[in-house]
Amino acid sequence: MERMPKWADVILTPLISLVLAFAISALVILAIGESPTEALKVMVEGALGSSYGWGFTLYYATNFIFTGLAVTVAYHAGLFNIGGEGQAAMGGLGVALVLLAVPWPHWALALPAAMVGAAVFGALWALIPAWLQAKRGSHIVITTIMFNFIAAALLNYVLVNLLRPVGSMDPASARFPEAAHLPKLTDMALAFGMQWGKNTPANVTFFVAVIACLLVWLLIWRSRLGYEIRAFGKSERGAVYAGISPVRITVIAMLISGALAGLMAINNVMGEAERLVLNAVEGAGFIGIAVALMGRNHPFGVLLAALLFGFLYQGGGELALWTSVPRELIVVIQALVILFTGALDNMVRMPLERIFMALRKGRA
Amino acid sequence: MDFPTILQILDSAVRLMTPLLLACLAGLYSERAGVFDIGLEGKMLMAAFAAAAVAYATNSAWLGLCAGIMGALAMSAIHGLAAITFRGNQLISGVAINFLASGLTVLLGQKIFGLAGRTPALAGPARFSEITLPFAEALRPVPVIGPIYAELISGHTILVYVAFAMVPLTWWVLYRTRFGLRLRAVGENPASVDTAGVSVTRLRYGAVAICGVLCGIAGAYLATGISAGFVKEMTAGRGFIALAALIFAKWRPWAALGATFLFGLLEALANRFPNLDLGIITVPSMFMSALPYILTVIILAGFVGRAIPPRAGGEPYVKER
Repeated sequence: MERMPKWADVILTPLISLVLAFAISALVILAIGESPTEALKVMVEGALGSSYGWGFTLYYATNFIFTGLAVTVAYHAGLFNIGGEGQAAMGGLGVALVLLAVPWPHWALALPAAMVGAAVFGALWALIPAWLQAKRGSHIVITTIMFNFIAAALLNYVLVNLLRPVGSMDPASARFPEAAHLPKLTDMALAFGMQWGKNTPANVTFFVAVIACLLVWLLIWRSRLGYEIRAFGKSERGAVYAGISPVRITVIAMLISGALAGLMAINNVMGEAERLVLNAVEGAGFIGIAVALMGRNHPFGVLLAALLFGFLYQGGGELALWTSVPRELIVVIQALVILFTGALDNMVRMPLERIFMALRKGRA
Repeated sequence: MDFPTILQILDSAVRLMTPLLLACLAGLYSERAGVFDIGLEGKMLMAAFAAAAVAYATNSAWLGLCAGIMGALAMSAIHGLAAITFRGNQLISGVAINFLASGLTVLLGQKIFGLAGRTPALAGPARFSEITLPFAEALRPVPVIGPIYAELISGHTILVYVAFAMVPLTWWVLYRTRFGLRLRAVGENPASVDTAGVSVTRLRYGAVAICGVLCGIAGAYLATGISAGFVKEMTAGRGFIALAALIFAKWRPWAALGATFLFGLLEALANRFPNLDLGIITVPSMFMSALPYILTVIILAGFVGRAIPPRAGGEPYVKER
């Protein structure tokens, strides 16, 4: 017998967790002497009040969709991929190498090639932890954490010693070819005669991210591989009995996960910076954890959660600009979302289950 | 390299390994009791901030230390609540704690001091000063042993000696006391401890609290011992290096001493020689800073002696009815 109706499990529990996380965030804002309603107003105004705000919100959301999907795919295989940060950083390296190697004549050619570069580098960075987990039983959480640091050191080395143009002091690669410039959403709106989001970094990658959500949904719930991944994630022994190879699923799930995290580089490296800079990921890999948890590891939920975090990120930036609340407020909110929707899930679930059980007994 | 240079590097290694050693032993208590803790970084960071803020306000490093311990304990309480009471995912809880500390320290620091997340510089009694051990100066002229005693062993803050004393103490607690036996048992097979009539919950909370205290000392050392005040993100990944050291040491106290010394030495070498010239090849500093992580992956892979974690690690215990 189910303890709770499905809607309570899928919607009510995470909603209450979220309300708790935001209530405590409001208390934190109160504690540092600002008004939560004022802060919310500034954030909504700054992130959603103009097409300029939306342009940034969508740009950040694009990053978080990719990293959120990365965590989601691994999660369904029962793996906690905490290495999105490193995989996205390596994806950036892949993008930079592809775009600097060939004088691309047009972005429509450069984009697929860069996507391959990003996905391959991201996937390869996830391959070693995956293989070590599958073959040697090394805990994937620890190895992916270690690989984040190794990726940071490696990129630092590559940017300072290999990719840095001669005579430049900046630890960054050369600019990508002009023709590889991705169309911004504002250019696309202009083509339809609309003034929208001038000077914002949101670009065509956003649509790639939405398509990725759809593809991940198809993969997880509409394909044989997705079924195997979910079966393995639910019960390794059951999966083995059904003839599913744990090594194969672990490696494939992590390759897909790493590729998705790597694809984020299309947005931030190719779409925005148009060169590879140090620390280009800026924590988006970790925000993916919060996004996936909040989105209940469903691509549609990830899309919504990524939009919310895009809003928080852009709104937080505006907050830091106009009030005395530092940007780090977003980090606190992110932490509380992870804590309540991830780790303290049972704190909400257990009393709810009791309530529903009591209700059912009352009726019977 | 001459003898004084080697001594200087070793001396620097001892300073740098101290927070790693404390955090590593902190993780050791927690993980030996079956509670994974990837939130060591956050606990240390919170402690460093609390220690620096209170040390500045009261002009006392000792009160700062107490505040640091309280700060880390608060984070431990959250971890305990999530991991033990509500049987949540311990890894996710650790991630949350790291972010919570990273955000809160800047938020509070900005509110209290208005220095973009820093605390004002500490001086005088607000810092732990270096202790000169007896006869350090008198023994200095003695060849070899004299300089080693005066430079390397003497002249550290009290927290360094506390950290080193924690190693035998931890060994003794873990392997020679009833508490230690139960602690290890609860990390391997909690059901057996429960059957013996000992509370799994209380033991695990105890271990998590000890972890908080040690992280608190580590954080206080960072902010009021090795440097003079708190700086945003000042732990700089040390919590994760400590975690790496813990795996490297295979969850054993004496090995933890060796592992953290190795990692401290690597950091000291990287500081001293940004580009280490080995004659044939030049080792870039980035490689040196990544080496602890690379070594840990190799150890985890089991190519050089397998690291097997406590068996019940990461799993919440559900009491049978």
